[in-house]
Amino acid sequence: MSTDAVLYDHPGPRARARNRIFTVVFGIALVALLYWIYHRFDVKGQWAGTLWKPFTQSSTWTDYILPGLKGTLQAAAIAMVLSLAFGILFAVGRLSDHRWVRIPAGIVVEFFRAVPLLLMMFFIFFGIPFVTEQPMSPLWAVVIALTLYNGSVLAEAFRAGVRSVPPGQSEAAYAIGMRKGQVMGQILIPQAARAMLPVIVSQLVVLVKDTALGYIISYNELLQMGVNNVAANFGNVIQAAMVAAAIYIAVNATLTAVAGWLSKRTRRSGKAPRTTRVLAGATDQTTGA
Amino acid sequence: MDVFSDADNLDVYVTGFLWILKLTLVGTLGAVVIGTLLAAFRVSPIPVLRGFGAAWVNIFRNTPLTLIVFFCYFGLYSTLGVVFSDDLELNNFWLGVVGLAVYTAAFVCEAIRSGINTVPPGQAEAARAIGMTFRQTLTMIVLPQAGRAVIAPLGSILIALCKNATIIGTIGLMESSNAMKELINSNGQAVFQIFFVFAGTFAVVLIPTGYGFGWLANKMAVKR
Repeated sequence: MSTDAVLYDHPGPRARARNRIFTVVFGIALVALLYWIYHRFDVKGQWAGTLWKPFTQSSTWTDYILPGLKGTLQAAAIAMVLSLAFGILFAVGRLSDHRWVRIPAGIVVEFFRAVPLLLMMFFIFFGIPFVTEQPMSPLWAVVIALTLYNGSVLAEAFRAGVRSVPPGQSEAAYAIGMRKGQVMGQILIPQAARAMLPVIVSQLVVLVKDTALGYIISYNELLQMGVNNVAANFGNVIQAAMVAAAIYIAVNATLTAVAGWLSKRTRRSGKAPRTTRVLAGATDQTTGA
Repeated sequence: MDVFSDADNLDVYVTGFLWILKLTLVGTLGAVVIGTLLAAFRVSPIPVLRGFGAAWVNIFRNTPLTLIVFFCYFGLYSTLGVVFSDDLELNNFWLGVVGLAVYTAAFVCEAIRSGINTVPPGQAEAARAIGMTFRQTLTMIVLPQAGRAVIAPLGSILIALCKNATIIGTIGLMESSNAMKELINSNGQAVFQIFFVFAGTFAVVLIPTGYGFGWLANKMAVKR
């Protein structure tokens, strides 16, 4: 945290005293808040051992939580692969020289980025069966909706990535006689993908979180199995939600760490600008959906 | 056969989007206030505040909003007995607002913090050199400049919030996605029409909003 010290002077005796007072006051407020939560739990009997005990039994994990986690990761993995393909396809489409490719690709990407994921999922799960006259599998409703949304987001990321490649690269490729497809496939996309790798991994975090929407259309993922079903059996919603939240946080924190490591690796190998001195320490940004 | 010429159906549609509008407005207010405060915490000289901000961001940014909203309803309301209003629908609305604000605040905090990073360190150093305190440096020098850099990311966060407002339907508010589900189930012959009206409403409002924020960000950008 020593890098943050640009915003304030090194504390002298008076500032140290003031900081100590703030620390104590805020610490007391925080402890009071925690105590209030503890007390509230106590009043409602939420600390009862029977509510927490299911999580020490292996059957709870093997019957509910782990199958749920598997459902979450499965949907996220399939959707990730499909949305990468979707993203590359539509990014190339939007960068096309032909207007009749560029404009439809642009409309598709803008449309699916603007429509809420849940609305999309409801349409696929409840609406499409009226047309096809056969039931929709919840897994595919989740996967298709996630693909359309995240694919569009990735398409925009790829497009930005391709445009960030220095123009000299494609000029050089054209100069040695490469054709448009070759320039895109062999010169631009590999460089863009490398620069965009952290963004792709961050989007994976969004994807893992968004699989939780599958709960609403009764897809057996972590929220459905690990919270809803566990709570239905043991009557411990709060405890189950806390355990599930901890699992989500662990999975996503791991992915975020991978993204951070990747972006550091890309930076180290030369092309991206060196880190400069900043005011607020390292940040990473993913706009969550 | 036009689904939306029926007054009842039109009412379902309008009510659905009115809920989204209210959730977006109140949720935005909450998220921006909490998020700015968290960002200030995270750059402050006091370690407890920094830790609190960091913990908030790491917990809520990595938890699905569906789980947070679920927790607000079944945890806060059903189990712990936190009640905002006697009217059941209004109570669900406020529980939803809490979930949305708490979740989005984590993203707002990170956006503002990276906005602070776009301000050259010289600005803060100059402020310190003329004897400004941390609060003065932050509120008079750094945040006004960071605010301009933050418009674009904040815009996409608010658009995401508007779309995320549909998730409050999980706890029984008749917002747009639930309204669409109801209309689809009673008008199976016109699913595409219904979907394109609902999705189109979001697209028609949110796509220009996105470009608007882009334009504003460009206009307000600090030329360095």
